[in-house]
Order: sequence, then C-alpha cells, then structure tokens
Amino acid sequence: MMIEAASTPALSVRDLEVTYDQFRALKGVSLDIAPRESFGLVGESGSGKSTLLRAVAGLAPVSGGAITIDGKQLGRRRDKAFYRRVQMVFQDPYGSLHPRHTVDRLLREPLDIHGVGDGESRINRALDEVGLGSGFRFRYPHQLSGGQRQRVAIARALIVEPSILLLDEPTSALDASVQAEVLNLLEQIRRDRALTFVMVSHDLAVVTHMCDRLMVMQDGAEVEQLTSAELAERRITKDYTINLLRASEGFTRRQSA
Amino acid sequence: MSAPLLDVQNLAVRFPTRTGTVEAVRGVSFTLGRERLGIVGESGSGKSQTGRAILGLTAPSAQVTADRLRFDGQDLLTISNAERRRLRGKRIAMVLQDPKYSLDPVMSIGRQIVETLRTHERVSRSEARKRALAMLEAVQIRDPERVFDLYPHEVSGGMGQRAMIAMMLIAGPELLIADEPTSALDVTVQLEILAILDSLVRDKGMGLIFVSHDLRLVSSFCDRVLVMYAGRVVEELAAKDLSQAQHPYTQGLLNCMPKIGASRHPLPVLERQAEWAR
Amino acid sequence: MSVMGNTTPPPMAEGKLSRREWLLSDRPASRTQAKLGRAYVSWRRFAENRLALIGLIIILALVLVAIFADLLAPYSPTIGDLANARLLAPAWDHWLGTDDQGRDILSRLIYGSRLTLYVVVLVAVIAAPIGLLVGTVSGYAGGWVDAVLMRITDIFLAFPKLVLALALVAALGPGIENAVIAIAITSWPPYARIARAETMQVRNSDYISAVRLMGASPIRIVLRHIMPLCMSSLIVRVTLDMAGIILTAAGLGFLGLGAQPPLPEWGAMIASGRRFILDQWWVAAAPGVAILLVSLGFNLLGDGLRDALDPRSAGQ
Repeated sequence: MMIEAASTPALSVRDLEVTYDQFRALKGVSLDIAPRESFGLVGESGSGKSTLLRAVAGLAPVSGGAITIDGKQLGRRRDKAFYRRVQMVFQDPYGSLHPRHTVDRLLREPLDIHGVGDGESRINRALDEVGLGSGFRFRYPHQLSGGQRQRVAIARALIVEPSILLLDEPTSALDASVQAEVLNLLEQIRRDRALTFVMVSHDLAVVTHMCDRLMVMQDGAEVEQLTSAELAERRITKDYTINLLRASEGFTRRQSA
Repeated sequence: MSAPLLDVQNLAVRFPTRTGTVEAVRGVSFTLGRERLGIVGESGSGKSQTGRAILGLTAPSAQVTADRLRFDGQDLLTISNAERRRLRGKRIAMVLQDPKYSLDPVMSIGRQIVETLRTHERVSRSEARKRALAMLEAVQIRDPERVFDLYPHEVSGGMGQRAMIAMMLIAGPELLIADEPTSALDVTVQLEILAILDSLVRDKGMGLIFVSHDLRLVSSFCDRVLVMYAGRVVEELAAKDLSQAQHPYTQGLLNCMPKIGASRHPLPVLERQAEWAR
Repeated sequence: MSVMGNTTPPPMAEGKLSRREWLLSDRPASRTQAKLGRAYVSWRRFAENRLALIGLIIILALVLVAIFADLLAPYSPTIGDLANARLLAPAWDHWLGTDDQGRDILSRLIYGSRLTLYVVVLVAVIAAPIGLLVGTVSGYAGGWVDAVLMRITDIFLAFPKLVLALALVAALGPGIENAVIAIAITSWPPYARIARAETMQVRNSDYISAVRLMGASPIRIVLRHIMPLCMSSLIVRVTLDMAGIILTAAGLGFLGLGAQPPLPEWGAMIASGRRFILDQWWVAAAPGVAILLVSLGFNLLGDGLRDALDPRSAGQ
C-alpha cells in the first residue's frame, strides 16, 4: 500500500528462512522496502529481527526464500558490488571496531578493499560528516567514548557510499542524550544522501521516531506491518503489538490489596 | 518516621589512577526510609558507585569517605569485614544487571538459594529447600520444582533475574539495592520483574534503592528520584513531579528521548554546561 | 579538501609538550605518533615489572656478548694449549678454568652464545609463522580444513618432543642446522593451537563481521585482521618456550646429535665435562650455569611481556 507499483523496491525479502543448526530463527518472512524509505523491525529478543538483518547482509545461514536488491536477486555469495550498495552499523560500539586499529586504518580499509583512490580527503570528509573532525583520525577505539565509536562505525559504513544502510540497534548501548545525537545524525545523513534505512530496535519509541513503516516480529515470524502514524494513533489490531506498546510506556502499579 | 533506615552524608568515592585521582562520587547525601528511591544518571555519573559504596563492594584501590554512612544506626564505614559480610545478604542485598555474571554457573539455581539462606540462618536442609521453593514461587516462577534443579545457563534472562531476586530476598533483607536490574531484559519481562520487586518491597516493608539510566522507568516505579551528574546529585524530586523538574540537566534528559506520537525532528539535544559538574 | 589539522590547533600551540605528554596524548596527530604512543604505554607497563626488566637485561647481555664475541673472548674457543693448560681450575688468567683440550672455558661460553642465539632465533623464525598460519587458517575456515589441519597438529603433538627431534636428526644426520630443523618441526603445534583458539574467539565478533561486510576476502581478513590479534599471545608463548628450546638444543648437543666438535655449543660442553664432573666440576658447571641464566632470562621476559601485551588487560 505504501509502495507505488511503478518503482522497484530497494530491498525485497520473500519467505526468508534462517536455520541455525536445528533452530529455525526465521520462519518465512516477507517484506518490501521502497527506495529512500526508512523501515523498522521491532520485537523482543529471539524475535528474529536481528537475524533478518544479518541474513540480508550475508552473515546468517539462509535456508530458504529470496532476497532481492533493486530488482536483482542475491546469490549465496555476496560480491563486492553488493557491499558497496549495502552497509551495516552494529549494536555494540565497543565490539564493532577492531581494537588494534586507529580510526584512520578503520576507515582506510574499505577504501583499500574496493580500490577507491583519494583516501586522504575521503577519510577527512567522512569524519567531518559524522561530526568528529580530523582530530580523531589517529585515535584508537579505546580512546573514544561510546557515542564517538558509533560515529566512527557510521563513517566506516558511509565511506563506500552505499544506498542501503542496515542499522542493528545502533543506539541501544548508548546513553539517552548520546542516543538523541546519534539519531539526529542518522536522520541528517539519510536526508543528505537519500539513503534507504532498515533499522532494528527493541524500542518502539526509537523506531517510530526514525521510521515511516515498521514490522513487529515475534518468534521468527511477522506479527504485523504498520505505519508509524498508525502506531502513534493506536490503530493496532494485534494484541502482541498492543502489549508491546503498553510496556514501552513505563511501569504501572497494580493496585491490589 | 523514626531514624531512617539508611543515612548517607557527603559520600565520596575516589579512584587513584596513574594520571591522577578520578572522583566517581563527590559528596552525595540522602536518607532512605522504607520507601523506593531511584538514582538516575548516565554512564559515568557515579550512580552505580554510590550503590556499591553502601554495600562495601567498591574496588579495593578506591577510597570511600563520608561524614556519615549509617544503616539502621550501624556505622558502615568502621565495621569490620566480617560484620559487613554478615550484613550483606542478610540485611542488605543487591541485584545486579546481568544474572549471567552474578549467578554461579556450576551450581544449580536451587542450591545457590539454599546455600545463601544457610549462610545467614541455621535451618535444616529440608526447611531451606522448602523456603527456597516458596521464594521461587514468590518471584512468580510457575514451576519452582523444575527451576530449582536447573543451572543458570539453562534459563532465560528473565528467569535468571527472577532467580537472582529470589536468592537476594531469601534471607529477608531490609534494604535492597538494585543496580539496573532489568536493563538486559525485554520490555515486557522488565515490567513483570518490576511488578515482583514492587509487591515484595510493599509486602515486606523493605527499603529499595533502584539505580538506573532510564529516567522515565524509574519515575514510574519509585517514590522519589535522585538525578546524578558527574558524581553529584543535581536534583532530588518526588517521582510524580518529574514533569516539573527544575534542573536543566533533568529537563534535557527527559526531552531528548523520542516519544511515540510526538514528531520532533531533530530531537532536542542535551547541551551540557560546565557549571553542572562543579 | 582543507589541509588536515586545520580544525585542531597544532599540538605545539599550547606550549611545548614534553616528550612524555606527546607520547601519551589522547589525540595523536599522525599515524607515527599513535603507534609510538601505544608502544610507550606497553613499555611502561612492562617496565613496572622489575623481574621482567632483569630478564630483558639478561637477554640483551646475551645478544651483546654474541655480537662482540671476537672482542670479548680472551682466547680462541677451539684451539687450546694441550701441553700446559689442561683442566686448570678457575684462576686469574683463565677466569672459568680450562677443559680437557686446554681450551679457555670462558671463551668457549662467549662464542657458544652465538650458537645458542642462532638456534633460538632460527627456531622462532621457522616455528612461529608456521604455527600462526596453520592456527589462524584452521580457526577461521572451520569445517574440514580445520579438521585436517588440527589432526596433523595432533599427530605432531602426540610424539614426545625430544624423541621426535632425535628421530629427525638421526634421519638427517647430526649437525646444528638439522637440530634446528628438528626442534622447529616439533615446536610449532602448540602455537597453532593457541592461534586457533584466539581466532575462534574473534572470528564471530562484530569487528570481523564488519570487515566481511566491507567485502574483504578471507585471506585479507586472516592476514590483516586476525593475525595481528594473535601476535601478542604468540610472542609471549614463544618467549616462554625459548628456555625449552635452549634446553632441547643443549640436550641434542649433550647426546652428540647437535653441534659437532669442536663447536663450543653449551650442551655439548656439558657432555664433554661430564667425565670430570667430580674432580674438575667447573668444566660442566660453567655451561650449565650459562644455560640456566639464559633460560631464566627468557622466562622472566616472557612473563613480563604477557602482562604488557595482553590484549584483554585494560586500556588496550
């Protein structure tokens, strides 16, 4: 309903299955995300929301279904062109940066891999774009705060100029005030670069703030897809979503005797 | 009310490091009755160190000083380690963020609860088992007999945290310090755990210190909230008056969180002022 | 693009920084400064450990003695004075006495340090890279590659080190080069094990996933991202093993399968001194003490390096 028939979706997932050993982490999930749309995946732990994201990125064992990027179906192996189109930001800013590499080396690595020239100015520009400035260029991750690390991770994802950015709980490890800064940065970048976002979060408020549409997931399957506006106006049909929404509003004391 | 359960005056925690002294807590004062007190702050605000200092769990290299640190009339600064150990678990208990790290991985949940009880009270094995099962039931574990024999890695995060709470409350403490007890859990589980804590605190008349980064959650759960910034309490207010917070830091913290239904793009950002830290 | 460093004042602007402050700076301005700063922090942590410093001094002394053996040794290590100087007790003109060939023991020890270093360095240069490569490839690839490589490792581990070395030397013929080859071939499996364990720990971490998402090839990931992480624990382990390598080399020498006469290899010296151990104890004792000291030095150094390089310790 959100996607005009004319445009091919930027990312399309059909009946996707992911199986770890014997465990079915994803049980036939389908979705379409239009170019420049911002799409959210919400659910509790074990709902398969991160697995879906990792499957798109090629980090999870897909056992069935299809993933299509800009109308082209992906094979088992991702090629270099795919990684210039799709990039990802991880949840834990302490774990996603190589502990022995300086910011400079972290940002140079993707450029070297893809044989992109003009490294010096690209690195400086990327650091400026995420609001860090070149003073941070030769620091090691342990010399950075959580928010700064996440900015470096965003800069690393952006430096190859992707069109789709996968965000796996990008702010859940950060303090509320830092979260606001990083969310603002992400919105700014999306606007400037006309990016498509797929964002995973357990926090309904963050997802409705960032995304146009979202999918609620439970036990590796879809509960429902709805727009952020529908969620805000409480036009929800499924009980599970209602519970999730209620829980996100804080603690209410049961007035028992 | 008579003498407070806990009386903290001018508490300070310092860590000497190679590059100078880090002051984690700088002059925190508060009193606690049989009520729910929330301590809120961002990482590095000293909220966790405040809770740990009360229990004497600060790292050995740190210096803890206070004008007064009394629990039920007993001076916590001067008591011996043996007395402190006796106090811990028996009269003051602590629940930590991640049950994975605070439960012994090679001992079954039931045995851990029984051991805890038997270090504080002389009870027979069968009596201890009976009370442990009752406690597991009190934290709303539906099948206590089964969970009793499980090991910590065999249960979910929410179940583990319930077991942890059961273990902490088995000896019937008068003060419970909960350091981010629900941050590692899903929202719906989080609320169940809070409901359990809430009813236990109310039924047993415990004092509760709830340390958290989540201002909204704390204010929906506690009676009173201390907001900490850079090792100091910048504002103390009744939880129901949260919307009338005076300090710009508290206001900023409340504002910068996204809200469902409020379209604010970009989100207001917290402008930290140097004088808050003074 | 604007010139780098436009936005931040150059470090010298805030008054002259001491060298220490420059090294410990939180905002290094160049790659070199960042690297040096990191090395300096490791060095400080290492230097806090007195025993490790003693170990370092012993090893440095060994290296210097080996380099300047020609200048330091008072006599020739191989040509003795059979007529007048057989089995002399330690005295002013022969500090550590002489052996049964009338050779000055101190001079032999000094020249022998070259052989010791030669063995140690060659074994490290051969065994450590083999172990690192096998371990990281096996750990990262997993599956049948892992199974095959680890079973080969197991086969080597199943033999007692000295027995396998003996068999190899017996097949290749005695001599110091063959001894080195034999020791190297028997000492890489533990390194492979360590590197594999370390690799398994990091292969599923987000930062390795992030590099995979950059489109990096498995070879690049292993060479540039995983190997550097395994290096520090490997260096520590190799250093700690040095003592064992020296002892194995000495053992082979003692059995007559290592360095051949008249080379002043320490183990062979003990073997030849054994005959006079009751009457002329210094002939065997001097090289024994030398082996002991150098082994101790490597062990102390290894312990210190472990504390200084451990990636799990704070701030690294």
